[in-house]
Amino acid sequence: MAANSKLERDHEIDVKQMIEKNKQSKSFSQVVEKIVPIMLFLFAIITVLTTVGIVMTLLSETIEFFKRVPIWDFFTGTVLKPMSQNPEFGVLPLINGTIISSLIAMLVAGPIGLMAAIYLSEYASDRVRKVLKPMLEILAGIPTIVYGFFAFTFVTPVIRSIWPDVEATNILSPGIVMGIMIIPMIASLSEDAMSSVPNSIRDGALGLGATRLETTFKVVMPAALSGIIASFVLGISRAIGETMIVTIASGSSKNFTFDITQSMQTMTAYIVEVSGGEAAAGTTIYYSLYAVAMTLFVFTLLMNLLARYVSRKFREEY
Amino acid sequence: MSLLTVKENISMVNNGNTDIVSAVQSNSNVVFDTKDLNLWYGETHALKDINLTINEKEVTAIIGPSGCGKSTYLKTLNRMVELVPTVRTTGEITYKGKSILDKSSKVEELRTHVGMVFQKPNPFPKSIYDNIAYGPRIHGIRNKKILDEIVEKSLRGAYIWDEVKDRLKENAYGLSGGQQQRLCIARTLAIEPDVILMDEPTSALDPKSTLKIEDLVQELKKDYSIIIVTHNMQQAARISDRTAFFLNGEVVEFDVTDTIFTKPTDNRTEDYISGRFG
Repeated sequence: MAANSKLERDHEIDVKQMIEKNKQSKSFSQVVEKIVPIMLFLFAIITVLTTVGIVMTLLSETIEFFKRVPIWDFFTGTVLKPMSQNPEFGVLPLINGTIISSLIAMLVAGPIGLMAAIYLSEYASDRVRKVLKPMLEILAGIPTIVYGFFAFTFVTPVIRSIWPDVEATNILSPGIVMGIMIIPMIASLSEDAMSSVPNSIRDGALGLGATRLETTFKVVMPAALSGIIASFVLGISRAIGETMIVTIASGSSKNFTFDITQSMQTMTAYIVEVSGGEAAAGTTIYYSLYAVAMTLFVFTLLMNLLARYVSRKFREEY
Repeated sequence: MSLLTVKENISMVNNGNTDIVSAVQSNSNVVFDTKDLNLWYGETHALKDINLTINEKEVTAIIGPSGCGKSTYLKTLNRMVELVPTVRTTGEITYKGKSILDKSSKVEELRTHVGMVFQKPNPFPKSIYDNIAYGPRIHGIRNKKILDEIVEKSLRGAYIWDEVKDRLKENAYGLSGGQQQRLCIARTLAIEPDVILMDEPTSALDPKSTLKIEDLVQELKKDYSIIIVTHNMQQAARISDRTAFFLNGEVVEFDVTDTIFTKPTDNRTEDYISGRFG
């Protein structure tokens, strides 16, 4: 008993001593307290500086391009012939290709992704969800080059066997495959949005005699609308920026057309093609890369701003 | 020990029987008749041999300590309990003579007759108007004029009309907790149920809002049968006509509220009411 109390006292003294000792090194820890936030700030600002740097580069080279090609001709020109003797730099064929491929992708990914999200969030049992959701997310982990290959060597031949008018390189096939690529993103984000609607609200609807379907479409989906729309906008923005799939499967014809059976080029694919060696620094083609990249940047920036605006505007508080 | 339990069980069954007899004698119509109801959550036996008869246009209070099965029983009456995937039931509950636990009976139809108000106010993240109109709309009422009338009538019925009539288009989440709960009651009234189940409707509210809800229950009693689960024994004593005392998944005693609170027949009821446990 006595030994025990002695032990306790020893222990007590130990702690006091340790605290005392640590107090002595306090001046050092105060310095650390001040330095660490500054370092953290520097790390945080790296991303901002990088963005600013990229935008500055894009901007200066784009301005250089517009000194050689009038801005009006660039944005209204329907002909893009950068390599010809009399080059023309109309960006519309590229914008058209980008929008059409993104639209096709969203026509595939939107409905499928949303339905998958509804199933996962409202109907699937925990066990099914635990298996399905990771599998869905595997889709998102496949490298886009594999998707591009898949579009070119599998999807295109399948489409052509059904619809022979479709050319060997066309916008339809990469559009569909981009859609498949985006499905997990839309499904996962929409599912998160719907799952975060509290169960008490579902109970309220079910308690009024609503069926599962009525509860889902008239209560849960409106409540999750901001998240669902945001997932769509992010999906579009992903499709706009997608490069490999369209580069491989849509060829490099700079057609300005709405015929989805034909080959078209997107902004991203143009950048890949031109930066693939032929453009010597200082030539007009070289600068056109920056102008197209700038246009692309503005496009995705607008989409992201739209996503933010939409998710604020449609937020339903619960 | 086991002998004693058996004895108690027998006395309990007898109590149950006399209640059924007295219910029939009191000339009221029966809304819910529960016979030998047993319910399991997975392996947990949550409700044991429940026999209860609930009368029309009365307030029936269900009291008991946490985890005694009172909310589970309430949710069995509109089959919300089935949302728990592992749930299993035996026995029978009839609503106005029709068996409801039967899988062939339509659960949506039952829930339009048996409305429910939840523990935490759970308005939809929509406008006040759309909250009330939701029920009528899903049951096919689309005429704007009729909906306007239903909304006003329901909000008046829940004594919240004067507070919200100028802000019907505003989001329901702008209301205070007590107002939200009355809105939820109004939402239930909008589809004109026969029974309103209330699962501790005032436990998340301040005393003033609680009193308002209690007054409201007294008013609603004229037109609706109300079954209310409550933690608050004073509340049960104040507003109910009959009280059932649940303990460990069993009905210990079910009688006229005055009797339960003044001369309970079971010691356990007395202990609980006098605050010795729970």
